[in-house]
Amino acid sequence: MSDTHAQFAFVRSKMLPEAPPPASERGAAKWVRQNFFSSTINTVMTIFVFVVVIQIALTVVPWLANGVWSGSSLSDCREALAGETGACFAVLSERWNQLLFGFQYPSELYWRPLAAFLLLFVAIAPVLFQKYVPSKMLIFTALYPFIAFFLIWGGSLLTPVLALAGFVVGYFVYTKLVAQSFALGFFGGLFAALAFWILSGYLPVEGILAIEPVESREIGGFMLNLILGTVCVSLSIPFGIALALGRQSSMPIIKWICVVFIEFIRGVPLITLLFVANVVLAYFLPPGTNFDLILRVIIMITMFASAYIAEVIRGGLAALPRGQYEAANSLGLDYAQSMRLIILPQALKISIPGIVNVAVGLFKDTTLVSVISMFDLVGMIRGPISSSQEWNGVYWELFLAAGLLFFVTCYGISQYSQWLERELRTDHR
Amino acid sequence: MRKTVFLGTVAVAGMAAGMAAATTLEDVKARGSLNCGVNTGLVGFASPNANGEWEGFDVGVCRAVAAAVLGDPTAIQFVPTTGKTRFTALASGEIDVLARNTTWTFSRDTDLKFEFVGINYYDGQGFMVPKELGVTSAKELGGATICIQTGTTTELNLADYFRKNNMDYEPVPIETDNEAQQQYLAGACDAYTTDASGLAAVRATFENPSDHVILPEIVSKEPLGPLVRHGDSEWGDIVRWTLNALVAAEELNISSANVKELAEAGTDNPEMNRLLGTEGNLGEMIGLESDWAVNAIAAAGNYGELFEKNIGENTPIGLARGLNAQWTEGGLIYSPPFR
Repeated sequence: MSDTHAQFAFVRSKMLPEAPPPASERGAAKWVRQNFFSSTINTVMTIFVFVVVIQIALTVVPWLANGVWSGSSLSDCREALAGETGACFAVLSERWNQLLFGFQYPSELYWRPLAAFLLLFVAIAPVLFQKYVPSKMLIFTALYPFIAFFLIWGGSLLTPVLALAGFVVGYFVYTKLVAQSFALGFFGGLFAALAFWILSGYLPVEGILAIEPVESREIGGFMLNLILGTVCVSLSIPFGIALALGRQSSMPIIKWICVVFIEFIRGVPLITLLFVANVVLAYFLPPGTNFDLILRVIIMITMFASAYIAEVIRGGLAALPRGQYEAANSLGLDYAQSMRLIILPQALKISIPGIVNVAVGLFKDTTLVSVISMFDLVGMIRGPISSSQEWNGVYWELFLAAGLLFFVTCYGISQYSQWLERELRTDHR
Repeated sequence: MRKTVFLGTVAVAGMAAGMAAATTLEDVKARGSLNCGVNTGLVGFASPNANGEWEGFDVGVCRAVAAAVLGDPTAIQFVPTTGKTRFTALASGEIDVLARNTTWTFSRDTDLKFEFVGINYYDGQGFMVPKELGVTSAKELGGATICIQTGTTTELNLADYFRKNNMDYEPVPIETDNEAQQQYLAGACDAYTTDASGLAAVRATFENPSDHVILPEIVSKEPLGPLVRHGDSEWGDIVRWTLNALVAAEELNISSANVKELAEAGTDNPEMNRLLGTEGNLGEMIGLESDWAVNAIAAAGNYGELFEKNIGENTPIGLARGLNAQWTEGGLIYSPPFR
C-alpha cells in the first residue's frame, strides 16, 4: 500500500463531502436555461414572446387597473379618467342586474330567480354526487322543476301543482296497465296525463294562491341562458338515450324514425331551427295565439341537443364488447333489464366526456337566441345596453363580463366531469 | 308560460276560426294593448332605459298610436325585432304596427305586401372618415376599405354609388352599429357608411368626435316610416293619421304642454278644433273617440317635441332638423289637411 504514496504526490484517501451542483445547473437558473434558452432558436423565440407579452400587459394592466366603477354614462367615465387609458366598468355596476335578469324582470322580484338558482344546487346534488348525498333528496329533485317554474314565472300555485298531478295520474295509469304490455302502459299513461292537463286547463286557477306572475318575454339576461341551458341539457339526456337505443333497435319503423330524426337535426344549423321556432311557427299558428316563445325555443334546442347526445351515447354503446350484450341475454334478463342493469351503466360511463362536451357547447349556444330578438346575456349587451344613450360605445368591458360569467359556469361543468370520471373509474391503473 | 304551455298546441286549432275574422282595431281593443314592433336597440330611435322602459323617436310613434286607439300611451307590448325578423313578425300578425326605422322601398311596399303609412324621418346614407385621412368628398374614396352593415339597403346603395362613379372599394361586412364602431376605431376600415343619423349617433360616442368628419355627400334616399300589413286599410288610416296629427300639431303650435288646455277651451282656428275633436267628427270617421288626437299629442308630444327630446340638437346624438323640418321652415315634413 505504501508505494502508492511513494508514486504520487497526492492521493485522496477519503470521499469529498457532497457539493451542490454548480449555480448554472440548479434551481431557477437551470430551469430557465433548459426551458427558455436551450438553443439559439429557443432564445430568439423566448425574447420575441417576452416582448409580445410585455406589450400586451402594458396595455391591459393599466386599462384594468384604472377602471372606473362609478358613474352613470360613458362621458362620466371619460371625465373621471381625464384622458388616461382605463376601462369603464361603471356600465357593469349600473346595469349588472339587467345583465343577470334582463331589463324587464321586475326588480323587486329578483329574489325569486335567485332562490330558484340556489335551490338548483340542492336539486342536482343527489344526481351529481350520488354517493355523498342521501337518495331521499331525489324527491326534491323531482319536485324542483315545478318549484323553479313557480318561483320564476309566478302566478297561481295550482298551475305547477296540476302539472305535477298530471304526471302522477300518468304514472298511476302506467303502473296499472304495464302488467299487460309495456306499450299499452306507456301510451295509456301518456294519454291519461294529457287528458288530465287538458281538463285541468279549464279550471279557473287564475289568482288562487298566486304570487305576482311574470311573463316569459320579461325574462332575460344570464338567467335566460341558465334556464335554457339547464332545461335543455336535462331534457336532452333522456331523449338522447331513447334515440340512441331506438337507432340500434331491430324494429325497422322505430329504427328509421330515429335515424331520420337524428340525421335531419344534425344536418341543420341550430340557428335555422331557432328561426323556425321564432318566425315560421308564427305563420302556422293562427293569429292571436301566443305559444310561448321560450317554450318554442326550449323545444328546438332540446331536439338539437338530443340528436347530438344520441350519437355520443351510440358511440358508448358501440364501444361495449358484444360479450356484454350476450352475457346479459344469457342471464335471462329481458331487454329493459339488460339495458338498465348491464349495458347503459357502462355505455354512459364511457360517454361522459362526450356528453359534457355537448352540454358545455349547448350552454354557450344558448346565446344564439339573441339573433331572434330574445334578450339573453349577449342580447342585452348588443341590444338595450349598447344602444342606450349613456353607454353607446362601451364594448370590451361588457363582453369581458359576459365571457367571465360563461367561463365560470363552463369551467365548473368541465371540472365536475373530470372528477366524475375519476370517481367512476373501476379499472386498476 | 302558464297552463297554456301544456295545452298550447292542442288549443290553437280551435281558436283559429274566431280570431281570424276580426279587424286589427277590434283585436287591439279586445286585447287592451298595442303590439308594436321596435328595434332591439338603436340609439335615439328605440332603446330601453335603466328602468326597462322603452324610449326613443320610433317608440314615440308607438305611444301616440296606443294613446289614440286605447287612450293609454302605456298600453303597449313592445316586440323587439331585428333586421331579419321584422317583416315576418308583421306579416304573421305578431305585431300590429312596425315602427323600426324601416326604409320605404318599392318592393317592401308591394312585393312584401306592407303599407307604409308615412315618413317620420328623412334619412340618407353618408360616410364618416378620420380627419387625418384628409378626404373631403366621397368621390375621393376610390380603393378604400369601407365598414358596412350587412342585410340593409345601405349595402346595395354603396355598390350602386361606387359603380356609378367608376371606383373600387373593399367592403368590411359587420353586424351591428356597435361592432362597426370598434372596427372603425381600430382602423379595420378607412370609412364607415350607414344612415346619416346613425353616423351622427356613432360619432357622438367617440372620445374625440372632432377627429372624424362626416362627408357632405348623401348617396341615397332613406325615408323611414311606420308600416302595417296590407288588407286592413282602416287600421292603416288610423296609424297614418296619428302620425299626421303629430306633424300637424307642430305646425299649429299644439304641444303636449298646451294640448289639454286648447282642447277644453276651444280655439278660433277651425282646423285646430277639428284636430282636437271639439268640432266635426273626424274621430268617429276612423272609428276612434273624438279626443284621439289630443291623447296622441299628450302622450309623447308633437313631432317637433319628439325630435328634440330623442335625437335633436340638445341630445348626445345632436341631429339638426334639416330635411325633417316642417315644410313652412324649408323641410319636407308636411301633413295633409285635417278636414
